[in-house]
Amino acid sequence: MNRNLYRQASNGLARVFVYGTALVALIPLGLVLAYTVLKGLPSVEHVEFFINSFRPIGIPGGGVAHAVAGTVIMVGIASLLAVPVGILGGVYLVEYGRGRGGDLIRLAGDVLVGAPSIAIGLFAYALLVAPFHHFSGISAAVALAVLMLPVVIRTTEGAIELIPGSLREAGLALGLARWRVALQLIVPAAAPGIVTGALLAVARAAGETAPLLFTAFGNQILNLDPSKPMAALPLLVFNYARQPYPQAQQQAWGAALVLVVLVLITNLTSRFVFRRQIALAGKL
Amino acid sequence: MIRGLAMPRGRRRPPDGFRLLTGLVALAAPISLVLIVVLLAQQGAPAIWHYGLGFLTSRAWNPVSLDFGALAFIFGTLATSLIALALALPVGVGVALFLAEPSAGRLRGAIGIGVELLAAIPSVVYGLWAFYVMAPFVLIHVEQPIVARFGSVGILSGPARETSLFTASLVLSVMILPTLAAVSRDVIRAVPGGLRESSVALGATWWETTWGVILPAARQGIFGATVLALGRALGETIAVTMVIGNRPEIPTSLFAPAYTLASVIANEFTEATGQLYSSALIELGLVLMLVTLTVNVLAQLLVRSTTREARA
Repeated sequence: MNRNLYRQASNGLARVFVYGTALVALIPLGLVLAYTVLKGLPSVEHVEFFINSFRPIGIPGGGVAHAVAGTVIMVGIASLLAVPVGILGGVYLVEYGRGRGGDLIRLAGDVLVGAPSIAIGLFAYALLVAPFHHFSGISAAVALAVLMLPVVIRTTEGAIELIPGSLREAGLALGLARWRVALQLIVPAAAPGIVTGALLAVARAAGETAPLLFTAFGNQILNLDPSKPMAALPLLVFNYARQPYPQAQQQAWGAALVLVVLVLITNLTSRFVFRRQIALAGKL
Repeated sequence: MIRGLAMPRGRRRPPDGFRLLTGLVALAAPISLVLIVVLLAQQGAPAIWHYGLGFLTSRAWNPVSLDFGALAFIFGTLATSLIALALALPVGVGVALFLAEPSAGRLRGAIGIGVELLAAIPSVVYGLWAFYVMAPFVLIHVEQPIVARFGSVGILSGPARETSLFTASLVLSVMILPTLAAVSRDVIRAVPGGLRESSVALGATWWETTWGVILPAARQGIFGATVLALGRALGETIAVTMVIGNRPEIPTSLFAPAYTLASVIANEFTEATGQLYSSALIELGLVLMLVTLTVNVLAQLLVRSTTREARA
């Protein structure tokens, strides 16, 4: 009797502890979001914040337009590089990647996801900055593309695997070539899942700072030419946050808020799109 | 007769151009991996030849006398990552247990989304928050009381600082929590349901089942998740750079400033003058890359073998 009491008590305590950790895990999320909103709102309230570029300390009306433009352009180029390559790579893994070769590519992809982003930045520096002797948006886009690639490959593979085999068999039975089955039947059916992967990759790339440090470098003026140094939102947050001027720190919080909102919207959208994929795959 | 149906000799299947094309494209991932290592080795070559193996065991970091060594940074990287892991592991496994429960509640879904959003927040935002909000709070409410009470113990000695090994480890533990929780959750879910059911049928309580059956069955996979999180922690740059204090020494106290491989590259690379200085920094990058590469391959093999067993 006594023993059972002990067992029940320890069970109850353990349950409280385990459930407690789940709440503990959410505390930092809540705090980070709350502070970013509270401290960032005063900057974001002004329209000039999104229209103007850098203004020297002491002159009011500085904004982050140059950084938003830089982030959009560099992440855009990186997506153009990484998304098509990633989708075809994912198609390969599903269609032909049963053997050792496929396993090797999967392993490489998973390891590349964990590669330090600063090392990828150094890689892009060695590849595209050092030989040309100047920083550029392009080199940053290449670094971001390397970061995005494995995410797109693996989510594409995952999305296609959700599609029932009967769809592929039906296509092949009709005499369609394998590439037609893959690209015209399977990929469209898996489109929502693939979009999810692309969105997650975009969100990841948009928030990265380390690969931009010695590639995009940063820029104080609005520059739309990716062959020149470019500003970016995360880079701006990093640089302004380390300045002693309250005005710069204030803008860092504002830019951080913009970044968080962008990343969270992308993330939640991808979740919504993925739910449609599951529903769609269920119907096929 | 059946033989007559077979393909005539010499007529092979037509070459599959699509297979070739997608295969070549898929090689982009392994090629980038190899290229990263090769280019870093090539750019770091001047420092590698100049300092030899002694680079890894030297504590020096003096850009003026061009006296460089990696030891202080290797120490800082390992120390922050391991402390972060120790802090995050119990919470991460707890969250994973909670999320892997068979019953699916609304609260569970919300916490699952929350943990994933934790992974989505950019590193620089964590850094900003940690520097302006967390570090001052931790200094007054955690570090100073500990120093006041246990300051005589070497690694807890003062003076406490806002930016320190401890602060950096704390941010890092928050940042690796999602990896730890998500991978452990998948591993725990992969434990065959029959095990859980048998245990419950024998009259075990929830905790006895979890501690005595589920966790041992998932042990290897959780270890894999831990190693994976270690890989993330080793390479994390920006948030750590903002709160570690950036002092290229091996700290004697938990509350003293330190430096990591990734942070020193982030801080000094664009300002490095001269070939030897920048190639020494690139060699640090190479060391970081090779270490995380090894850790990640190990982790992937561990996680894979568990989830594959479960599938089979």
